[in-house]
Amino acid sequence: MTRTEPMLRIKNLRAKVGDKEILRGIDLEVGAGEVHAIMGPNGSGKSTLAQVLAGRETFEVTAGEVLYQGKDLLALSPEERAVAGIFMAFQYPVEIPGVGNLYFLRTALNALRKRRGEEELDAMDFLALAKEKMKLVAMDQSFTGRSVNEGFSGGEKKRNEIFQMAVLDPKLAILDETDSGLDIDALRTVANGVNGLRTEDRAMIVITHYQRLLNYIVPDRVHVISNGRIVKSGGRELALELEQQGYAQFEPPSRPGRAGGEAAR
Amino acid sequence: MTDFARSLRDSFARLGDPPGRGGRIGLVRQAAFARFAELGLPTVKDEEWKYTSLAPLAQIPFAPPEAEATPSRVTLGQLDLVTGGPPGDGAVRLVFLDGRYNPELSSRAASAGGTFIGSLATAIAELPELVDRELARHADDRHDGLTALNTAFVEDGAFIYLPAGAELQGPIHLLFVSTAPAKPTLSQPRNLILLGEGSQATIVETYAGLSDDVYFTNAVTEVVLGESSHLDHYKLQEESARAFHIALTQVRHGRHSSFTSHSVALGAALARNEVRTLLASEGSECTLNGLYMATGKQHLDNRTLIDHQAPRCTSRELYKGVLDGQSRGVFSGRVLVRHDAQKTDASQTNKNLLLSDEALVDTKPQLEIFADDVKCAHGAAVGQLDEDALFYLRSRGIGQEEAKGLLTYAFASEMVNLIPLGPLRSRVRELVTSRLPAFEKLKEVA
Repeated sequence: MTRTEPMLRIKNLRAKVGDKEILRGIDLEVGAGEVHAIMGPNGSGKSTLAQVLAGRETFEVTAGEVLYQGKDLLALSPEERAVAGIFMAFQYPVEIPGVGNLYFLRTALNALRKRRGEEELDAMDFLALAKEKMKLVAMDQSFTGRSVNEGFSGGEKKRNEIFQMAVLDPKLAILDETDSGLDIDALRTVANGVNGLRTEDRAMIVITHYQRLLNYIVPDRVHVISNGRIVKSGGRELALELEQQGYAQFEPPSRPGRAGGEAAR
Repeated sequence: MTDFARSLRDSFARLGDPPGRGGRIGLVRQAAFARFAELGLPTVKDEEWKYTSLAPLAQIPFAPPEAEATPSRVTLGQLDLVTGGPPGDGAVRLVFLDGRYNPELSSRAASAGGTFIGSLATAIAELPELVDRELARHADDRHDGLTALNTAFVEDGAFIYLPAGAELQGPIHLLFVSTAPAKPTLSQPRNLILLGEGSQATIVETYAGLSDDVYFTNAVTEVVLGESSHLDHYKLQEESARAFHIALTQVRHGRHSSFTSHSVALGAALARNEVRTLLASEGSECTLNGLYMATGKQHLDNRTLIDHQAPRCTSRELYKGVLDGQSRGVFSGRVLVRHDAQKTDASQTNKNLLLSDEALVDTKPQLEIFADDVKCAHGAAVGQLDEDALFYLRSRGIGQEEAKGLLTYAFASEMVNLIPLGPLRSRVRELVTSRLPAFEKLKEVA
């Protein structure tokens, strides 16, 4: 990887679910330390892009390539991508009754550390790390005794995602509609957590429907996705422009049925 | 005639004098053997055995251990190794080797204040009237060749009697262990549990084997609950890999009595566990919990009958199955609400998780209601691991097999957590964890 090579380079990426093409030629470059916002209407393919990057097998990549740190990302399993430093904060975090939140996260962290050839953390060291990171998203002790996301409110689930991100310390974080379902206080807490994780060597892709989140997480670049393609890119002012004018200008003139990005969750 | 039936006919002919005086047991045995001879082993043509074939068992000339046989040398250390030690603080232990009570390995039988915790053979000699009043009067063998077979050879097992108001400090642990017999051995423990009015007990039945030989356990437990008595009953089936295991627990409820059953079925090549509760008097409650986990070519059958005969009784049933490899699971649960059982509150749930494409489960929940003022619900589900949850775990760096193990644990742990006895819960958790995909990485789960 040369100095000029971006961390992530997506070239003409196409993906489908069943017979339905959802990504229809995505091109995107994200460099270390940058925060890119991807905005678009429902069904435009933005969540699909996030899931394809994380390795969801529901989607079949039909064309294009994704280079992550100069290597073929699409050849890796979801867990290998995590080991390589990719993290996706889920739009709908999954509830796993019967598995402790901290046990789950320690298992994950140790799986990553082991595969990276690092020493695994014991329960005590992990707990110290977890407690420190919990402060970032103002999570209290009660989270530690609960099952993964079980009975969590919408806001707690999203905070839990950012907490996981803080512990797993990824190089590329993809936040899939982290703002959805949050009231303004929860949004601020989550955004503060994310901002606390912005570093020069970490890249972030922030996927959102609304400009609101970007008041708190200020992006370096904004991309508009519509009907499976990035149709416009710009600076943070593009988000404000969208806020005023809406997505209508980017909608294709006529679309028989929606592209179905949301259906895939 | 099958090799099995022929061998048992010969064994019955050689059977010594029946224990006890008065001759009732002798008559009961003869009648039961006649019934077994008539019914034979059930076949898949019997509706109740549709999903479980005993054809492999029928070809094996099983026989009870010889009466004169010297008991194998077994140490407590060996027992603890295969059964995990006492299930709770202050446990009283009764050990049965190949179906026979072994006093050396057992705690001293308690008989203070009228309480009796000991072997059935002893009770027949010392408390003949008490035993006579209840033994072989509850487990119905009219259509059940295997229960008849057990009764035909009735000789030993556990006898537990609690007089009115008695409360035990610790659990009673009944260990039924098959040793390493030279011939295919049939063990037929017969247990009788009588709880007097207002008494309370916790009883754990563990079934295990010390060798990998083929053996067959055919156990029957009769439980009679006095008014307002309470029994927590656990059954851990961890027989060895080539064993056959058939067991019936038959419960009769007195007024306002309650019964909680936890059945954990993990071992044996072929096993069937049946629990029948007869809610014969008003205001009784039963809770039947079950967990079965099969792998390889195991076949685990679970059968329950909750018979609501009296008004205002409550029943709760939850059975969960995890089937891996080419294993097969069966759940057949019948809830019967009879005409007079008004204000019955019954719910029944069976959930199954299939971990492989070749695993199979037959689930047959049945609810038959003949009363009109009742609250009843039932449901059954068969599914695979949730793809969303698997992806969630993998996206965090947890490998696919480990993720499957974690989610399987999450499914099964609900049943583990329903066990209130701490040491027993830990033991079951350990056994469950050892059966998970990638279990070696999941030791500290939960």
